[in-house]
Amino acid sequence: MSGEDDDATNAAADGGTDHPADSPIAEHARPAGGDAPETGLAGPTPEERPHPSGRRDEHGVRKEPDDGGEATRRATVSALVEDEPGVLARAAGLFRRRQFNIESLTVGPTTVEGHSRITLVVEETEAGIDQAKKQLAKLTPVIAVGELSDDAVAAELVLLKVRGHEPDKVHAITSMYDGETLDAGPRTITVQITGDENLIDDAIDAFDQFGIIEIARTGQTALERGDSPTTPGEEPGHSAGSTDDDEFTNYDD
Amino acid sequence: MSEPATPDAASPEEGDDEGRTDRAEQPEQTDEEAAAAREDAATRAPGSGANAVVAALEAAGVETAFGVQGGAIMPVYDALSESSVHHITMAHEQGAVHAADAYGIVRGDPGVCMATSGPGATNLVTGIADASMDSDAMLALTGQVPSDMVGSDAFQETDTVGVTAPITKHNYFASDSDEVGRTVGEAFALANTGRPGPTLVDLPKDVSFGETDRPVGEPTAPERAVPDEEADEAQVEAAARAIETAERPLCLFGGGVIKGDATEQVRAFAREFGIPVVTTMPGIGSFPEDDDLCLSWAGMHGTGYANMAITHTDCLIAVGTRFDDRLTGGVDTFAPEAEVVHVDIDPAEISKNVHADYPVVGDAATVLDQLDAAIGYGDAPDTEAWREQCAEWREEYPMDYAIDPDEPVKPQFVVEAFDAATDDDAYVTTGVGQHQMWAAQYWTYREPRTFVSSHGLGTMGYGLPAAVGARVAADDDREVICFEGDGSFLMTIQELSVAVRENLDITVVVLNNEYIGMVRQWQDAFFEGNHMASEYDWMPEFDTLAEAFGAKGFRIDEYDDVEAVVEEALAYDGPSVVDAHIDPEENVYPMVASGAANGQFALAEDQL
Repeated sequence: MSGEDDDATNAAADGGTDHPADSPIAEHARPAGGDAPETGLAGPTPEERPHPSGRRDEHGVRKEPDDGGEATRRATVSALVEDEPGVLARAAGLFRRRQFNIESLTVGPTTVEGHSRITLVVEETEAGIDQAKKQLAKLTPVIAVGELSDDAVAAELVLLKVRGHEPDKVHAITSMYDGETLDAGPRTITVQITGDENLIDDAIDAFDQFGIIEIARTGQTALERGDSPTTPGEEPGHSAGSTDDDEFTNYDD
Repeated sequence: MSEPATPDAASPEEGDDEGRTDRAEQPEQTDEEAAAAREDAATRAPGSGANAVVAALEAAGVETAFGVQGGAIMPVYDALSESSVHHITMAHEQGAVHAADAYGIVRGDPGVCMATSGPGATNLVTGIADASMDSDAMLALTGQVPSDMVGSDAFQETDTVGVTAPITKHNYFASDSDEVGRTVGEAFALANTGRPGPTLVDLPKDVSFGETDRPVGEPTAPERAVPDEEADEAQVEAAARAIETAERPLCLFGGGVIKGDATEQVRAFAREFGIPVVTTMPGIGSFPEDDDLCLSWAGMHGTGYANMAITHTDCLIAVGTRFDDRLTGGVDTFAPEAEVVHVDIDPAEISKNVHADYPVVGDAATVLDQLDAAIGYGDAPDTEAWREQCAEWREEYPMDYAIDPDEPVKPQFVVEAFDAATDDDAYVTTGVGQHQMWAAQYWTYREPRTFVSSHGLGTMGYGLPAAVGARVAADDDREVICFEGDGSFLMTIQELSVAVRENLDITVVVLNNEYIGMVRQWQDAFFEGNHMASEYDWMPEFDTLAEAFGAKGFRIDEYDDVEAVVEEALAYDGPSVVDAHIDPEENVYPMVASGAANGQFALAEDQL
């Protein structure tokens, strides 16, 4: 700000020179003593104000001097939901709208009638994963949300269609990955491989030599090991054939 | 100023003291009678889906609904004709949704709006999004084409549930006449449970027409949606220790304080421990702005002293705020030295935008009582020096404007003139733009729910329909003043017809600068003064236009007009419009540029 306008009362004649010609800025009387700019309010300018030294990162976390920064990680999130129309669209829409980086999303029924399980793999910062879980939990049809531990059981299914010129070799690799041949013809062979994500990736690499024509992957689905519930407080349902209650006695609460 | 012939609608036969005609028709109910009526609605056999919808509203105690008729919602309207629910027909569905929003804000219960399918429903979308951003409890009912035509792109069909899913707390597609009443009751209850928000029920015509004798029951939110009001004791203790050891603690009260009816608790808390207070814009009224502890509101156009306090606090006690970017500026520079205590009923708000060092999840009123009890009296922070510092900033950065009697009237002067002429409990509604900021800055708010504005979504045209809703919700003896800008007012001006028909005592003050003023201000600051599409020198004469609607018109051209017009407009029993021609070049300061640090607020354009 300039110091020339301390007495702004009669400064109209030389005011407004900083502004476009079609935007004349009128000068207005201001009580004496104010260090008034041409227009606006009185008071010390930004440079004259004290500034704190602290800082936050883009997630609003106050930075420590040795702060490592913005590492992302992959998380597998399992949501138990009411099986009602639109619930998948709500979850997917939420993730799109809030720009969460979603790797895969699977959904299917559980042993409890009227409940489904959505399994999501997201790659986000720690704050992003936390937020994704909380936003998901907020959806009305969502019953519970859990993040799976690293040693959870996770699996994916892939269908691979490859060139059928070398059926023996294809069969050998299919066997190596405990896969199954679903369709074999003179020109193409279609196999199914099931396993965790790394195994699927390896299998795809191995089949690549034959020329992969088409791939369909389901995305990961996962459950916690042993007696640990996959989502907090999850009550196990009993499928029609299961009467062995002892297996679930540790699920109380 | 012309002297208008008093329109018939503005002179109810019952006489002036009876106020609005709609109220005069409805005898006052005692609490017992109201409870009995709700019980009856909850337990009787409705007969049809549409009757069940209306019974659900009655069982929820809904007194007023705002809406517009149409093909797919006709069965519900037909049922409504036999109901105790008073329906106010609005000129446009956007008017209905804003009116319902404001009604809900003033009453503290969800407002209800109704529209037909297709364009009716999509016209609600802006207002639903608005309510969602501001966490306003509201129930929207939309008609839908018959179930067997859904998905066929039938006449006036829209996927309303799909369109409104991201902007509702939850929405429902009614598929069964037997269930629809319970669904409407659940939607109403859910809107007001925990963190409030808008809900919607889409009503296919065949479901409304369908027979049912199943009573609708009490409106009940799903159990999972009911959060614990009390916060975890360990969280409260940790937050209490942080507050005790702070040297420069600062309370930041957001809209959640008002939604959570926690104003009494937050006021007692701040005063007991002598902690200065800033509010967010939605939090205006949570703390009296004339209190010594109050530094008014912080953020983009908040006071300099509030933004200085935020910048230098070492312990920010944030209650019921979502740390909107208009409050924080860039989060990397927001309250950079503060440990943040964040109290919120919605766990997803914790650390969403600004990391909370001390998260406290619970109902604001309950948590403040818990915090109060957890802070030892001997351990309360010594805030005297900090309070003095805040007082110094208040002296250094006064909210002020200069008057030259020969120049056009300053908008701030008009706002202050209306404030001075009205009681503390007057309601102010606003549109969005410069006028909204002046109405927020230069009116001294002392009570919760008296500032009704579009905060998060920033919906131009919000002010007039909101004034209609606020007027219907408010006690007759409280004033409703609507501040609008010329551009904003023109967006929903058709609702003036409703105010005239219902003879609503509203004073609309148009701060008319013949600009989309806030855009003009930004164009001057950031677009080299290129006023592309922001010059509105084609505005109508609003005072004359008001007369055409049947309202009373006033005009302010100079300072000498102000006192008399304020007096006459407030005295007029019915809708009036004051076309206040203000200084077209006046801008809103202080201003924190988008994404900048709060402490770097500009006091004038050359500081941006």
